Amino acid sequence: MYSVNYHRAASVADAVKLLETGDAKLLSGGMTLIPAMKTRLAAPSDLVDLSHIEELKGIEVAGSAITIRASTTHYDVARDERLKTACPALARMASLIGDPAVRYKGTIGGSIANNDPAADYPAALLALDATIVTNKREIAADAFFTGLFETALEDGEIVTAVTFTAPAKAAYEKFRNPASRYAIVGVFVAKGADGIRVAVTGAGDNGVFRSKEIEAALATNFDAAALNGVKVPANELMTDIHASADYRANLIVVMAKRAVAAANA
Amino acid sequence: MSDISLTVNGKRVSGTAEDRTLLVHFLRENLGLTGTHVGCDTSQCGACVIHVDGKAVKSCTMLAVQASGSNVVTIEGLADGADLHPVQAAFKEHHGLQCGFCTPGMIMTATDMINRHPEGLNEATVRAELEGNICRCTGYHNIVKAILAASETMSKGRARQAA
Repeated sequence: MYSVNYHRAASVADAVKLLETGDAKLLSGGMTLIPAMKTRLAAPSDLVDLSHIEELKGIEVAGSAITIRASTTHYDVARDERLKTACPALARMASLIGDPAVRYKGTIGGSIANNDPAADYPAALLALDATIVTNKREIAADAFFTGLFETALEDGEIVTAVTFTAPAKAAYEKFRNPASRYAIVGVFVAKGADGIRVAVTGAGDNGVFRSKEIEAALATNFDAAALNGVKVPANELMTDIHASADYRANLIVVMAKRAVAAANA
Repeated sequence: MSDISLTVNGKRVSGTAEDRTLLVHFLRENLGLTGTHVGCDTSQCGACVIHVDGKAVKSCTMLAVQASGSNVVTIEGLADGADLHPVQAAFKEHHGLQCGFCTPGMIMTATDMINRHPEGLNEATVRAELEGNICRCTGYHNIVKAILAASETMSKGRARQAA
């Protein structure tokens, strides 16, 4: 790891000020950033640690209105009893991220700000039609995830919370890479007040995306059988040593079927 | 450079280290606690798992300065004098180690896992929750047996305390 200067922010305002130092980066759970720094894929001059800011912690469930603050760990999302009742699909999804040690440290804000193309949270937030709240504004998930490791966040902008309305039904299914355990394909389906939303992670050439084909097929019949014969185009899907684009295209439909079945169970 | 102060295995310790110093290196090199191992460079193997504020985390994926002010328990802090911790005793009894390199991390992960599941564990849960610990001798079978046995012993201990 290259040399770095560490700063512990006491508040969001403090973090914004500290971010102006050199080529500073925000540090939340560090489960992606620290490994990237160890291999010198990332080399910020300064780190601004958000994990001691109290205003960034906690989950609020008010009926179907859910707020998860940015520094909430995957462990806390997975075990929150009110969230498990209001939106069990998201709590379960958090329980499937990484391993127990990663879930203790990794945060929802860190995950979405990083927007790894194989991360789980981007698919969940896109399918749940979530709103990403920052220190400056509110951004719809549809506009937030803009590409591989790219988001709509501007300089000096910090994710403070995520809000969404609990859907009537939802589920997440992922097919893991057997070695890295990241999603080769992960599909989050949600049946909300405004219809069906289906988001896919791990597969898109440009990161997380919604599958119009699957959403259309489920719009009139929210049943796994409605996806029989549905084809997802492979032309904008990733090909790597683990899976070809065609393989991923097929897997998206398979995972979507499983997710719909789980959501209806 | 930053001043770092921690409670490690019940003792207050402090030192100065570069901000880029990983917690595992601070423990091993500044404090001489070499029971915590470094097995990979990619945060995957779990040989470096310790407890920070009661949670099992990878000390190779945390800066020492991040942990300043925390309460840390390493493998050296688990036994009560000459009496092995129930998880250590179960690893010995069930031959839950071969070369032993992954063992400190396995035991710290197992202790946390058992604490998190006071209702008891089954084989599938143990195997799923060992996701972040790799044994390159591939001796998982006896590790799983040892964790299940330790879970039973510790729940009996809790029952005795409650009685």
